[in-house]
Amino acid sequence: MKHLLSAKDLSREQAVLILDMAEQMAATQARQVKKLPTLRGLIVVNLFFEDSTRTRISFETAAKRLSADVINFSPKGSSVSKGESLKDTVLTLGAMHTDAIVVRHYASGAPYTIAHSGWTDASVINAGDGTHQHPTQSLLDAMTMRRHLMGPNPLGQGLDGVNVVIVGDVLHSRVARSGVDLFTTLGAKVTLVAPATLLPVGVETWNCDVSYNLDQALAEVKPDALMMLRVQKERMSAGGGGFFPSPQEYTREYGLDEPRLAALPKRTIVMHPGPMNRGLEITSGAADGLRSVIVEQVANGVAVRMAVLYLTMTGAEGGEA
Amino acid sequence: MADTVGTEVLTSGDISRALQRIAHEILEKNHGAEGLVLLGIPTRGVPLAARLAGIIAGIEPGWDASGATGELDVTIYRDDLHRRPTRVIGLTRLPDGGIDGATVVLVDDVLYSGRTIRAALDAIADLGRPKAVRLAVLVDRGHRELPIRADYVGKNLPTAADERVTVRLKETDGTDAVIITRAEEQR
Repeated sequence: MKHLLSAKDLSREQAVLILDMAEQMAATQARQVKKLPTLRGLIVVNLFFEDSTRTRISFETAAKRLSADVINFSPKGSSVSKGESLKDTVLTLGAMHTDAIVVRHYASGAPYTIAHSGWTDASVINAGDGTHQHPTQSLLDAMTMRRHLMGPNPLGQGLDGVNVVIVGDVLHSRVARSGVDLFTTLGAKVTLVAPATLLPVGVETWNCDVSYNLDQALAEVKPDALMMLRVQKERMSAGGGGFFPSPQEYTREYGLDEPRLAALPKRTIVMHPGPMNRGLEITSGAADGLRSVIVEQVANGVAVRMAVLYLTMTGAEGGEA
Repeated sequence: MADTVGTEVLTSGDISRALQRIAHEILEKNHGAEGLVLLGIPTRGVPLAARLAGIIAGIEPGWDASGATGELDVTIYRDDLHRRPTRVIGLTRLPDGGIDGATVVLVDDVLYSGRTIRAALDAIADLGRPKAVRLAVLVDRGHRELPIRADYVGKNLPTAADERVTVRLKETDGTDAVIITRAEEQR
């Protein structure tokens, strides 16, 4: 596996392999010495054209735990603010013998372009591109679900028989797209719940069910995992941008509050990719409650990214995921 | 596959006699089973460590075999990760008491270049500070690339570099045997 560009590219075997390796990586993080020598001497560049806290820090932590050298790049304060193109930026990184480029870009498809343009020999890992894909997020979500829902020994297993409900701003969400791809590859059933204005054109062709009514969907599906998406206000104009009448109405129809939480089956876990809009798509009571695995998702993110860096940056074979 | 080619150099009986002797040698050198920890290196070092632990428990009743046996995956410490196809990371499981202050006996099937053992020593350094580290192998086939030697050897097998030594164990392969295959017999 040379690159990781999309959750859709992963076969079930590859996905299970990544999750199993992430479990082994997580086990090493309980040790006294957490740093492993595996990627010593290699350079990882975090090429982030979009703001991010947890994903960038998570990738940086993962790379450092594997002893790679990490260079953080943001367009502010670089030649990109002088108008340098993506191509020239990547050529520059290539000339400095970068071994892996972790890309977050506001344009869907930017990581694919970098990986397939011949600008660089480095491994390319998609850390979120536009409204397209965020494969490591869906992998850490799958790891979290597998740990909670697939019994005491999750190794080797997929997510067979798991019901996942994803609620909210699907239109702008690469997390939802990656999630639908990966969870169904692993054998789960996904139901998307959102107002019609926040569903993309063509969603009916996705490998999932769609509902406009949260209470009805929760009662019918009885989810094992309930994933609340962030309302991406930065991709909307002020006040919801016409996607919904008011934040209060969105919360009433699609927010996870205490009554909805109490009505969930006992086994259901509550997930959120972060950063949360507390009081909008999720109340603090639900976000901090006993069913919430939101902090665990962040911890598992480091393990998953260690596994992905290991798999893409080692090995003499060519070929793509 | 290799069932029909190659020469069987150790039979099932040879293997169990060699393990019996190694177990006694470990106990003799350690003056008993006090403070012993056996760590098997996957894949075939793990069942070998379990067998040695079983033999030692038979000689020294009262010694907690399962509480002093573990497995040590060295993949993430290897120096050839960029030269070979990606390796799968295996399980590392230490005894509950850890390895601090223990006499750790590493157990592997074949000692060849010594690079696996170098990686294992690095892994151990990250996991604790044992009192001593020893090495037990079923077969030493020579061709060392590093200054590493085994403390306990089941069988010294002089080999050519283009020969292949295959260890089969009941737990992983259904049968006990050590087979040597020459280059022209390999496919």
